[in-house]
Amino acid sequence: MEEVVNLFHGFAVVIQPFNLLLMVVGILLGVIIGVLPGLGGANGVAILLPLTFSMSPTSAIIMLSCIYWGALFGGAITSVLFNIPGEPWSVATTFDGHPMAQQGKAGEALTAAFTSSFVGALFAVIMITLVAPLVAKFALQFGPAEKFAVFFLAFCSFIGLGKEPPMKTIVAMMIGFALAAVGLDSVTGQLRLTFGVTELLNGFDFLVAVIGLFGIGEILLTMEEGLSFKGKAAGINPKVVLQTWMELPRYWVTSLRSCVIGCWMGISPAGATPASFMSYGIAKRVSTKGHNFGKGEIEGVVAPETAAHAAGTAALLPMLSLGVPGSPTAAVLLGGLLIWGLQPGPLLFVEQKEFVWGLIASMYLGNLVGLLVVLTCVPLFAAILRIPFSIIGPIILVFCAIGAYTVHNSTFDVVMMLVFGVIGYVLKKCNYPLAPMVLAIVLGDKAEEAFRQSLLASQGSLGIFFSNALVSSIMVLGLIALFWPMIQNGWTRLRGSNSPARSGSL
Amino acid sequence: MSEGTQHSGGTGPSHRAVEIGTAAAMIALGLIVIAGSWQVGIGWGAEGPKSGFFPFYLGIIIVGASLFNLIQASLERDLPVLFAEWAQLRQVLAVIIPTAVYVGAIPWIGIYIASLALIALFMVWLGGYRITYSLMVSAGVVIATYLTFEKWFLVPLPKGPLEELLGL
Repeated sequence: MEEVVNLFHGFAVVIQPFNLLLMVVGILLGVIIGVLPGLGGANGVAILLPLTFSMSPTSAIIMLSCIYWGALFGGAITSVLFNIPGEPWSVATTFDGHPMAQQGKAGEALTAAFTSSFVGALFAVIMITLVAPLVAKFALQFGPAEKFAVFFLAFCSFIGLGKEPPMKTIVAMMIGFALAAVGLDSVTGQLRLTFGVTELLNGFDFLVAVIGLFGIGEILLTMEEGLSFKGKAAGINPKVVLQTWMELPRYWVTSLRSCVIGCWMGISPAGATPASFMSYGIAKRVSTKGHNFGKGEIEGVVAPETAAHAAGTAALLPMLSLGVPGSPTAAVLLGGLLIWGLQPGPLLFVEQKEFVWGLIASMYLGNLVGLLVVLTCVPLFAAILRIPFSIIGPIILVFCAIGAYTVHNSTFDVVMMLVFGVIGYVLKKCNYPLAPMVLAIVLGDKAEEAFRQSLLASQGSLGIFFSNALVSSIMVLGLIALFWPMIQNGWTRLRGSNSPARSGSL
Repeated sequence: MSEGTQHSGGTGPSHRAVEIGTAAAMIALGLIVIAGSWQVGIGWGAEGPKSGFFPFYLGIIIVGASLFNLIQASLERDLPVLFAEWAQLRQVLAVIIPTAVYVGAIPWIGIYIASLALIALFMVWLGGYRITYSLMVSAGVVIATYLTFEKWFLVPLPKGPLEELLGL
């Protein structure tokens, strides 16, 4: 029951007035970020991260994680009202959310979306509260080989379970690792891959890469597609909210199933987007009203939203307990921990109790505050979306530039941001995934360190990664994830029944 | 995303060419990584693996996987025809070029004046707003930014001669 005591300590930290204020500010900023095209959870947090350098780590993480919750909520608003997913994980929400809005049931759709988001997040936070300390305790006995094996598993899951071509995922990831290697080698103290350019001495900062790849790249994509926003009117009144709440318990099976799917997909680095699609797909197949999905069925809003939020929240579990983030946004938060001088990973639970439990407590409160904020402020956020892109676009560009500059007070970083932006645009169009690249930039140094330390211990033999039961089983899991598409193909061929076209349709 | 490149029958660079170009650029990048690793030593030194040990293999994998992608792109049948239409690329360049000028100007004239010009330019040029209205909006954004960063969060942003003149 030590956890419960710690959790209540956490709540005591969170409900200090200053932290509560940061929470509301974070949620508001987060929803705006989630609503605007070109600003997503990852680069929104990256842009605002430098603002927190002067705060205490606990206050900083409360604000930043609340931005993340806000962004998760915000994606639903644009999906329902404008049929434009503000975030990739809310694509599935448009299928039934927007038809509902067209039928004049925008209020119901939004209430259902927000409430399911809240339920999904709550489920995931409870899971984190119970499971994370255990995982961390277990991971404390990890040596360098086990640490590397965990990184290996995380990156293999990207290759095998992602929807992009595996070879492209590998290239994107390895380039991320190579970018992380540029500059001072922390083990030998030697400079490498700088080719005499003094600006590269400190290497590439992942925050600049995130702002460029996701922020600028997304603006370029938006310009190319030439979006025009034509939205439905948004009105939420208490009566609609209550009516919808009365109706929602009917879908508890869908809700529970989506929570489980979300948590599972969130912990493995597959992430919120596939979780929302999978949950929608299964709900459509299982539900008695399945034939009506896509025409404005409330269950079709509940399923993807619950799963997306559960996954988004669960992505923080491996970040907190193992130091391996489950999503790009979690990776940015992890980078923040490093900047504030905290060492992410299992030791955090021992050495920084106040920080960890403050964060977990803020997940409970932040999502509750978020639910209240979005339910009351929908018209305001919808109004922001009606600002034409020719105004909001350059403002986002300016904020990206400010964010990139403030990381190291360097104008060279702003140039790099634009370069990353153009690269991000081309890579996205050519179907190279950006998330593993960002994760590799963040984790590159740690993965390399673990790899070299392991080899040092074994005098250069790769056998160390299969030297005991624990490390072998993690490595084998990684290999299974890596070759998952082939295993799946082989399995269906063995059974000889399913058509091959089914594979990879996730 | 691919459906946006197939309608209305415009012309533009072929998707295959861009795909092959990207793979070739990745191969070049991989070779640079290999060369850089070679310089600092890829073998085993006195204190274990040398600095180039890990990146060397990264470079090898990048080159290998990109070769695969390059061949794949040249053989693939059902690629979208166009990467994007010229008109669409013109829109993209309409963002990239002013932003490049903006980024280049920041060290000389500071971020505030540069941002003022960027936002106003976009509004007039792409949005068709009147100049006075555009300047008012962009000035509002810039002043709000100044107050938030310099006064509230105490984060200094790059300033130019004009700010110095005003004593800010």
